[in-house]
Amino acid sequence: MKMINNKDITYEDQYISEILERSKTIAMVGLSSSWHRPSYFVAKYLIDRGYKVFPVNPREVGKTILNQKVYSNISEIEESIDIVDIFRKSSEVDLIIDDIIKIKPSTIWLQIGIINLNAEKLAKKNKINIIMNRCPKIEYSRLSGELGWAGINSGLFYNKRKFIRPIY
Amino acid sequence: MSIPENKHKFETRTIHAGSAPDPSTGARNTPIYQTTAFTFDNTDHAASLFNLQNFGFIYGRLGNPTVSVLEERMANLENGRAAVACSTGHAAQLLALHPLMEPGDKVLASRNLYGGSITQFSHAFKKFGWDVDFVDATNTNNIKKILNNKHKCIFIESLSNPSGVILDIEKIALIANNAKIPLIVDNTMASPYLFKPFEWGADIITHSLTKFVGGHGNSMGGIVIESGKFNWFQSDKYPSMTKPTESYHGLIFAETFGDFGYSMKIRADSLRDLGSTLSPTNAFYFINGLETLHLRMERHCKNALKVAKFLDSHEKVSWVSYAGLKKNKYHNLSKKYMNKGVGPVFTFGLKEGHEAGKKIINKVKIFSHVANVGDTRSLILHPASTTHNQLSTDQKIAAGAGPEVVRLSIGIEHHDDLIKDLKYALTNI
Repeated sequence: MKMINNKDITYEDQYISEILERSKTIAMVGLSSSWHRPSYFVAKYLIDRGYKVFPVNPREVGKTILNQKVYSNISEIEESIDIVDIFRKSSEVDLIIDDIIKIKPSTIWLQIGIINLNAEKLAKKNKINIIMNRCPKIEYSRLSGELGWAGINSGLFYNKRKFIRPIY
Repeated sequence: MSIPENKHKFETRTIHAGSAPDPSTGARNTPIYQTTAFTFDNTDHAASLFNLQNFGFIYGRLGNPTVSVLEERMANLENGRAAVACSTGHAAQLLALHPLMEPGDKVLASRNLYGGSITQFSHAFKKFGWDVDFVDATNTNNIKKILNNKHKCIFIESLSNPSGVILDIEKIALIANNAKIPLIVDNTMASPYLFKPFEWGADIITHSLTKFVGGHGNSMGGIVIESGKFNWFQSDKYPSMTKPTESYHGLIFAETFGDFGYSMKIRADSLRDLGSTLSPTNAFYFINGLETLHLRMERHCKNALKVAKFLDSHEKVSWVSYAGLKKNKYHNLSKKYMNKGVGPVFTFGLKEGHEAGKKIINKVKIFSHVANVGDTRSLILHPASTTHNQLSTDQKIAAGAGPEVVRLSIGIEHHDDLIKDLKYALTNI
């Protein structure tokens, strides 16, 4: 596989912002039920911002995470999914990508540190948006101005009022 | 993910970075949110904030919307990932070390530090079980010789106070990097306008905001900034970052918060428990100060060079230690690291020694005799009897604050008036 520098992966803010704006349902593959795990933090945040989250994790089947039923496979979810957010190793994405393509989400989202060029190719071929090496929580909070509340450099500034989506 | 690319020039970012019109009122300037607490929408929202799952404000000790504009702006100007502001530069040094150090650990520090820092490191920190080794870092081999497993970081000043020593930071960063420990640079005296430590491999920056960032001698403050590039997991040296934190039910900061984990750790743990919070009113003064940082630094440097040249040619002056002068031994390094100028703080010695030094301070009429630097006003001081008073004679000499040394912080008045003032004082000593 071709070596890829994380810095080579860039997305226009508008591209990410439109995806976050348009989407309502997010399947989170690899979501943990432990409250201090990073994936749990992301799910909690996205639910608070009004997204409907569908946990997918074969090891957690039979449980609920954040009051949502856990699915063992993405194909079991009855509702249509806008974003599939993946918390798995880059190499493991290959094992699940075909199932994901089949449900035709509008966006496949690979978390920070996860880069899979095969998944990117397949997504593009099927006209599915793909975002790699990013976190939807960080992107949402960066674009909404919340990230700066923790002193984190968003690289953005505004000359107009910015309305932050309320917490539900 | 990494630090966002800067789409705008430094001068634009000193004014705009981190800020936006107030979302509810449209107020264009950053308001002073003079409040101790922030309401929770419901109990779940409160819990998610306390658990750090949502970004938001809880209680003034941990963060404030005025303070956070300053934090983001400073992180942006230093090309860093995130920042935590605090009450003073000294507090920033304590907060910077707190997530790194355990009892029995050591700091390897340059001996050319501000006297107050030397005292803080060698006395106050010892009570935490943190030890320090000071080295003459102008020769980087001295660092290599002494560096061992006990050292959890290297701490230097980018432009030392008071003598203006410039170290070969790129080389020191490489030593720290090879040892898998962070290089902390106190960038107070240069400010991000003159020097950007992260571009040369530093991992953490501290500032006394009290100096050039505020710039008008009106507020105390400090800040810690992280580059977001240090890999905490490459060794087991930093359990506070890489092992579960008990007071957050097992949260691992470097994992959950990734490249801003160190800042989150400082805010949620160190600032919470040590309590050295910056007031929102002071943050407002610093935000205002930053908006003219580039203009002030330019003028400070221009004036300082003129005054340094005048002193250097004066018959009663035995030496001038200013890296802006061609013959200064740090001039070449200054060209490499600080080509816009080397700031306005420098020292000089008088041929007639200690007593003459005291006399000149009493004779000047524009320069103010105060223990501060980085004001719009020009300042004068005798370090050996004031800022560096607590040090031993050897330490004073090592820090460039021997008995005959006079320190100046050149302001942004007209340089002709400053030179006239010094000329008068020198004639009458």
